[in-house]
Amino acid sequence: MDLFHNLIFGFGVALSLQNLLYCLVGVLVGTLIGVLPGIGPLATISMLLPITFTVSPVAALIMLAGIYYGAQYGGSTTAILVNLPGETSSVVTCIDGYQMARQGRAGPALAIAAIGSFFAGTVGTLLIALFAPPLAEFALKFGSPEYFSLMLMGLVAAAVLAQGDLAKSLAMVAAGLLLGIVGNDINSGIPRYDFGITELTDGIGFVVLAVGVFAIGEIISNLGAPEERIVFTSSVTSLFPSRQDLKDSIAPIVRGTGVGAFFGVLPGTGPAIASFASYMLEKRVAKDPSRFGRGAIEGVAGPEAANNADAQCKFIPMLTLGLPASGVMALMLGALTAQGIQPGPEVMNQRPDLFWGLIASMWIGNLMLVVLNLPLIGLWVRLLKVPYRLLFPAIMVFSAIGVYSLNSSAFEIYLAAGFGIVGFVLMKLGFPLPPMLLGFVLGPMMEENLRRALLMGRGDPTVLLRRPISLGFIIATVLILIVVAVPAFQKRRHEIAG
Amino acid sequence: MKLEFLDNKDFWSGLLLIALGAFAVFIARDYPFGTVVRMGAGFFPVVLGGLLVMFGLHVLVRGLRGIDKIEAGWSPRAMIMLPLSLALFGFLMDRAGLVPALAVLTFGSAAAGREFKLLEIVGLTIVLTGFAVAVFVWGLGLPYPLLVGY
Repeated sequence: MDLFHNLIFGFGVALSLQNLLYCLVGVLVGTLIGVLPGIGPLATISMLLPITFTVSPVAALIMLAGIYYGAQYGGSTTAILVNLPGETSSVVTCIDGYQMARQGRAGPALAIAAIGSFFAGTVGTLLIALFAPPLAEFALKFGSPEYFSLMLMGLVAAAVLAQGDLAKSLAMVAAGLLLGIVGNDINSGIPRYDFGITELTDGIGFVVLAVGVFAIGEIISNLGAPEERIVFTSSVTSLFPSRQDLKDSIAPIVRGTGVGAFFGVLPGTGPAIASFASYMLEKRVAKDPSRFGRGAIEGVAGPEAANNADAQCKFIPMLTLGLPASGVMALMLGALTAQGIQPGPEVMNQRPDLFWGLIASMWIGNLMLVVLNLPLIGLWVRLLKVPYRLLFPAIMVFSAIGVYSLNSSAFEIYLAAGFGIVGFVLMKLGFPLPPMLLGFVLGPMMEENLRRALLMGRGDPTVLLRRPISLGFIIATVLILIVVAVPAFQKRRHEIAG
Repeated sequence: MKLEFLDNKDFWSGLLLIALGAFAVFIARDYPFGTVVRMGAGFFPVVLGGLLVMFGLHVLVRGLRGIDKIEAGWSPRAMIMLPLSLALFGFLMDRAGLVPALAVLTFGSAAAGREFKLLEIVGLTIVLTGFAVAVFVWGLGLPYPLLVGY
């Protein structure tokens, strides 16, 4: 049993004292920012990235992953207790979770959310372990044409499925690709878009862009909106769900996990879409759909499982193909690259410790979240009371030190400040920002692969169509674009976004 | 008909994309475009700039017909103060040291908030500066002078 051996090996890596510690720190930070509205995993991971450069790649990835899925757990706590989504992924949980809390059943809602997430996390971990190796094996056959077509498909799919306007999403991908090619051209050495600034010849720092747009831009945006009043409905008395609660939740959790895993491997779908789809599914299969919106436990169990399964499965394309399927995965990819690891199918063979250690750590992290979080609810509730006016200056401090610690460059700080304004303006105009980060990360790779593909085809662009795998990706890309052009889909997209 | 475009979301979005795309193509005109066999440094930027202009036109036209308004509610103070205090942080890091840079950053950011409570902000500045020094300099060992010249 290869899988078995690999998992044992992975647990060996993940259970080292250092890695366990980073995992714990990751999930605690993740839960914290998940609980707090106004700061999400994108901003947190961006500003903490530079700190992880000093530790081993395995520990760094373990911690960053912990922040990511920890935030899903934390987000549901806020959704249930105060009817505010701590994260976008828990918007749906507000509906029935909050109603349960109003009926004095906050405890069972929190417990079911945690149990559902844990189940989904476990299945997600297994799915990665099962499907990542064959997928990576398959990807080893890819040449430049395949990679270019794959990235094209990934970016288009990401733009299509991102929440927001389609043309604006695609434009953000293009803008991201353009930002990605700033600096010396790898082939000719010609500096592009450097405007005579020496600091720009190495390109725009990935952390600089991410911190600027996601941390600074987000704060500017938050400060413009009226402050949300946090009102607690009930105190958490008993955490234990009744036998009936458990019975009612099993099927939704399993279904939610399936829905989440499906959406997880699709590029561009955030966990919000997975949990929304799961909620709709539960409502449809329920004997009495009118219970939904009035504290149906299925409406908590399904979506919470879905968003965690989605979060875990997002790692599959990132780890095997080097293709980020979401903004957070783009950050993970950036973290790998910054650690000197070339993302792609080779990671599994060249750094099995990283690959299997990370997978095993995700299961351990999920376990920590269940075991630690429920007893710590009281602490999270108290942290929820920290007002945003004390929180955002702290985010500014972390962002500033994070960016400055990259190269001790004041210029990069100015650049991050500029991106903050850019990010805010783009948000205000309704541009989705994660597609820009995806484009930015993939830009240089895409250009290089296109260049090589054209060289291989001796200048004939149909080289992209003559190789079967590449052709498959191109056909998929075209299909995706045709499907979105259908008005019915457009309408549905707007419903989900709105 | 007076000034209806001022808060038209797609109108401004379209203009922004067109300007960005045109700018990208304009700058890239100096880069060798290359041939199809040997893609030059200018190929990718020109194509992307062109795409941006296209998307921009699409969004602009939609904006001229549509009524999608920019949502109200933004804080000019936050938009100026936050980037400015961040930039000052960078400027002071190079010249004055970590402590003054952090103090200015925290104070400046906190002052960008919705309400200005002097005592609270001063307290926050001291706590955050101390915390950051403890974590980053003493804890993680980042090699920054606390105060230049001392």
